[in-house]
Amino acid sequence: MKSLVGLWEKNKMDDKEKKQDSLYVKLIPYFEKYGILLLLVIMILVMHILQPDVFLSWRNVTNVFKQISWQSMLALGVFMVIVTAGIDLSVGSIMMLSLMILAIVAKAGAPWFIVVLVPLFAGFLCGLINGLGITLLRMPHPFIMTLGTLYIFRGTGNLISGGTPISGFTDEVRYLGHGRIDLTWLGLEKSQYLPVSLVLIAVVYFVFWVFLNHSRTGKWIYAIGGNPSAARASGINVNKILIIVYSLCGFLSGIGALILAGRTDSGYPNAGLQSELDAIAACIIGGASFFGGRGTVLGVFAGVMIMGILRNGLNLMDVSSFWQQVLIGSIIVLAVYVDVLRRDFGTRK
Amino acid sequence: MTSTNKLLLEAKGITKYFGTITALENVNLKVHEGECLGVVGDNGAGKSTLMKVLSGLYKPSAGALFFEGKEHILDSPKDSQNLGLEMVYQDLALAGNLPIGENIFLGREPTKNIGFLKFLDFKKIQEMTSAHLEKLKINVKSADQKVEELSGGQRQAVAIARSTAFNAKVVIMDEPTAALAIKEVGKVLDLINKLKSTGVGVIVISHRMDDIFTVCDRVMALFQGTNFAESQLDKTSRDEVIGWIMGKK
Repeated sequence: MKSLVGLWEKNKMDDKEKKQDSLYVKLIPYFEKYGILLLLVIMILVMHILQPDVFLSWRNVTNVFKQISWQSMLALGVFMVIVTAGIDLSVGSIMMLSLMILAIVAKAGAPWFIVVLVPLFAGFLCGLINGLGITLLRMPHPFIMTLGTLYIFRGTGNLISGGTPISGFTDEVRYLGHGRIDLTWLGLEKSQYLPVSLVLIAVVYFVFWVFLNHSRTGKWIYAIGGNPSAARASGINVNKILIIVYSLCGFLSGIGALILAGRTDSGYPNAGLQSELDAIAACIIGGASFFGGRGTVLGVFAGVMIMGILRNGLNLMDVSSFWQQVLIGSIIVLAVYVDVLRRDFGTRK
Repeated sequence: MTSTNKLLLEAKGITKYFGTITALENVNLKVHEGECLGVVGDNGAGKSTLMKVLSGLYKPSAGALFFEGKEHILDSPKDSQNLGLEMVYQDLALAGNLPIGENIFLGREPTKNIGFLKFLDFKKIQEMTSAHLEKLKINVKSADQKVEELSGGQRQAVAIARSTAFNAKVVIMDEPTAALAIKEVGKVLDLINKLKSTGVGVIVISHRMDDIFTVCDRVMALFQGTNFAESQLDKTSRDEVIGWIMGKK
């Protein structure tokens, strides 16, 4: 009888432990998944309170989305690369080169559907060069290969264009970056349109979310980031997957070029200068880990949004762009510190 | 438990050079159904090289591999997996950022078709994982737990579960208990015995005499890349085997 009571006591204690354990353990993944969205919502609220008339107006919100449209493509590409524990420093240059090729092809009078496809193809090829260099030339780290192509691609872009801007594209070419979806049939005013680039972001991000989370290749990308030798031992062709990842990253930079062409109506030598750093920053703020295997598409989107909203909000408040730099830098450090804390709690040593 | 059982894997005259270094010279090895072979040897004796040859990671410079009586040339780990030969690596070869189930099926994920696209079948992964862990009596909270949240012994169990998820006939384990706490060693050794009882041939590479003498039926020693000694376990002793490792007969 005594032992029964003892057993019962013990069970009770176990239950108690389980309860605490489960609450604690259950909260971590949610925080990991949605913590960054929480930060985004807080930022939006703060900006709204500071700028109640302007910030959440239709015009300003669509503006934010238009501003982040091409950056969001670069960030998504860099994110996939970071998941494999790699890095791509060349995305800004890939975008610039694709944009210049687009401009030259457009000026040569090619039909619009060719002009639209050319930057995507060019971006893909640039990414393929990165991927082949990293795997076949066995570069010690992707940093080196893509640092090289950062110079090579931008130099090539300047060579083929003579380093001067080329302007003037047709409406079809500009549609993705500049197009508007009329919403007057919903009873909204003419000024309350939906930018095509916003729809494009949503579609591209959704497609890549499905790709990364629900396809075998996507799962293998995460596996390579988690433990490349495990992936190799599982019969996964790691080099092939890496080439695919860098090629897709280049392809997304090509989409970025197409959007930028629409927004600015010109190809110009400084396009995307230092945007690779913005892209990396967005990934890091969004919870991607430099060690690979960690991060979500939703997180990257939140990272891009946070940077966009910060810039937009500070512009609205007339804060100097120097302060913007300081703030964005601080957010990067803070976001990674939060990630360090989370790892301390979440992982068994 | 003896050589009367069906011969599963045989390596004949395996030789492997790395440049001018001879890692293995004329090494022979046999494993039967339901048998556990212990492979011992000092560091650099060629144990790991031999296992990598068997799993298809290295191509032997000379010699042949026979699986169920037929000669096979292995070009990659995929080839050996297709034959039913699995390897449990010392560094566990698990991706810590993925859940248990996805690790077990990594590289061989079940998919379902939606239209012409293939999507991962998470439900099937979960079901198959639970059933498989149940079969091997491996206790974890859930198949969705990430591997980095597991203890060393649980990780080793997952690695072994992974190697046997696809009807493996021979499982090769490199130092299966090396990184484990003492109370977890027993669980892993139990798991090896369970595998043997299902007819799987097991090769265990280990430094620990306790492991060898708990699960193995036969033990062979490599010394400087050659077959040095071999015996049924009941016909030898710990001291003798330790002597073999140091090159003394």
